[in-house]
Amino acid sequence: MIDLLSVAVLLSGIHLAVPLLYPTLGGLLCERAGVMNIGLEGMMLAGAFAGVVASYATGSPWAGIVAAVLAGALSGFGLAVITVTVGGDQVVAATAVNLVGAGLTAALVPVVWGVDGASPPVPQVPALVIPGLSGLPVVGAIFADLTVIDYGAGLLALAVWWFVFKTQAGLRLRACGENPEAADAAGVPVNRVRFAAVVASGALAGLGGAYLSLVTVGLFQAGMTQGRGYLALAALVFGKWRVGPAFVACLAFGLAAAVALRSQVIDIAVPYELLLALPYLLALVALATFVGRASAPAAIGRPFRRS
Amino acid sequence: MDADILDEVLRAPDGQRGLLPLLQVVRGGGSAGRSVMSFALTVLAALVAAAPVVYLSGSSVGEAVTALLDGSLGSPRAITETLLQLTPLLLAGLAVAVAFHAGLFNIGVEGQLVVGGLVSAVVAGSLAVPDLLRLPVSLLAGVLAGAVWVLVPALLKAIRGVHEVVTTIMLNYVAFALSQYLVSPTGPLVSPTQPSATERVPDSARLPIIWDDSRLHAGFLLALAVTVVIAWLLYRTPAGFRLRLVGANPGAARAHGISVARTTIAAMLLSGGLAGLAGAVEVLGLYGRYYDAFSPGYGFEAIAVALLGQLTPIGTLAAAGFFAVLGAGSIQLQAVAGISRELIAVVSGLVVAFVAARPAAERLAEGVSRRRAAR
Repeated sequence: MIDLLSVAVLLSGIHLAVPLLYPTLGGLLCERAGVMNIGLEGMMLAGAFAGVVASYATGSPWAGIVAAVLAGALSGFGLAVITVTVGGDQVVAATAVNLVGAGLTAALVPVVWGVDGASPPVPQVPALVIPGLSGLPVVGAIFADLTVIDYGAGLLALAVWWFVFKTQAGLRLRACGENPEAADAAGVPVNRVRFAAVVASGALAGLGGAYLSLVTVGLFQAGMTQGRGYLALAALVFGKWRVGPAFVACLAFGLAAAVALRSQVIDIAVPYELLLALPYLLALVALATFVGRASAPAAIGRPFRRS
Repeated sequence: MDADILDEVLRAPDGQRGLLPLLQVVRGGGSAGRSVMSFALTVLAALVAAAPVVYLSGSSVGEAVTALLDGSLGSPRAITETLLQLTPLLLAGLAVAVAFHAGLFNIGVEGQLVVGGLVSAVVAGSLAVPDLLRLPVSLLAGVLAGAVWVLVPALLKAIRGVHEVVTTIMLNYVAFALSQYLVSPTGPLVSPTQPSATERVPDSARLPIIWDDSRLHAGFLLALAVTVVIAWLLYRTPAGFRLRLVGANPGAARAHGISVARTTIAAMLLSGGLAGLAGAVEVLGLYGRYYDAFSPGYGFEAIAVALLGQLTPIGTLAAAGFFAVLGAGSIQLQAVAGISRELIAVVSGLVVAFVAARPAAERLAEGVSRRRAAR
């Protein structure tokens, strides 16, 4: 059992949690503003792909990160145009984002690299060495391996929490998700706020995708997000659309996956595939028990039009 | 006559409407001519929007279209392959459409399809029944498995109002993980001779081949028959009317004494059953055993099929035909024109996007013409 909770497992847990955290925070912004976003998966793939293309083309992983954020924002822009500007159905439109995101990135792999399935290795984001921290006993190994994007996830969670729950702008954003009519009456430009929130969720999901391709493995592979965009939805459900609990849910999912990976190595009786299904099952249990109707933003899924 | 009532109900304001006013999203607005027009325009728009990928792949539209049609309709053999692809798309598309009619978005069709295929293979291979009964029992097992897989989301939706999209998505991944495990090297169902698959099912459980020298099996005819049954059920029976009424306006349905919860559950189970049947037909017809990842995403493509078909059974058949042509032709497309099979996913995504955006576009057009008339 000790072997299952070593520093290495902790580190791999962080590496598995961070790519969940970005889309979860993006989804939180978007859904708090009243737009249901099941398109995070497609947005992540857009980011993962664009990041690798840019890193491949320029040799700089940072260019890749920028490209990933832009590509994610672009997919968010597409979703926002359909759901906010023209008031189309949110779930149907987000399904389109997922289908196009998965299909287009996979179809473009042979176009860019001439091979099917996966890109060649590209320059990765280097670890951020903070003097002092990586020299610490035991936990130093963790700090020695983290990148600025890992630290950024923690800071971003804090920033999103502060923004959504402690600022006037955040209050307006939540008003758009709870009662857009009242927000509108109070002078909040509901659809502009929603549009911005959807684009921001795309940018963050794109960054989460780039984490997978530019930090974790250093290449793009078709379908490499493996449902993490949906897992982020589960984290939102668990966290009842609040930052702290959703953050904890992401960490828990990451650690669970790390333990699952580890248990495969040291041959424990529970099959790896079943452990991977666990977060989804737990999300279902949560929905069936303690996450009630009242948890989700009240106006989620409803296009806003002035009557 | 009931169409008039439904239209009335659709227009009625109601605070308790479901999350998705989907019928309004998809109902083109009545006449067959407009429906066909809308179908054609959506397909055209999606194909045009996908054209840049064709160019980027170093091919031309002419070459791509030729390869596509040649590979899907160019020979009797190609046509049977197209019909073979049409079969699961039609059944899964009906699964999505039936749920939509009740105002529900079953995005878990892929998972239900996988579970249906797996269970039908296991039942076909292990149940001690007379040979004559083996095929129907195995098909039925697939249907039931698909329905069971959607039972929890159905109950959660009906009783606690939990959004079915989130729950069915979660169960997709549970289905993928579970089925992958069961046929993994250490899994209990894996064949000793074929990795990542179950044992071959007995011949008596196979859907017979209906066209010599092809792989086309009786599942195609079964899918057509199911389409007729679903059409009858939706438009000619009280149960179908209740289902559509709940989808159109749950408040009005409740006022008429219809149990929204019971109808929701029934619609979801029917949807899951159809998805399970799609998987069972693939396993018992085409493959003869359950393969891990035997579905290239039919359950997701089915969303595009149902929406393109405007949720009617006949429209779903036409849309399944369109995507089957793409699917069967894609092999040729890849070989001759060097275009990835993934282009189909792009086209289906674009179709879904256009359908999502259409009501608003129509609203805009109406507004413009009204303004012009006012001038």
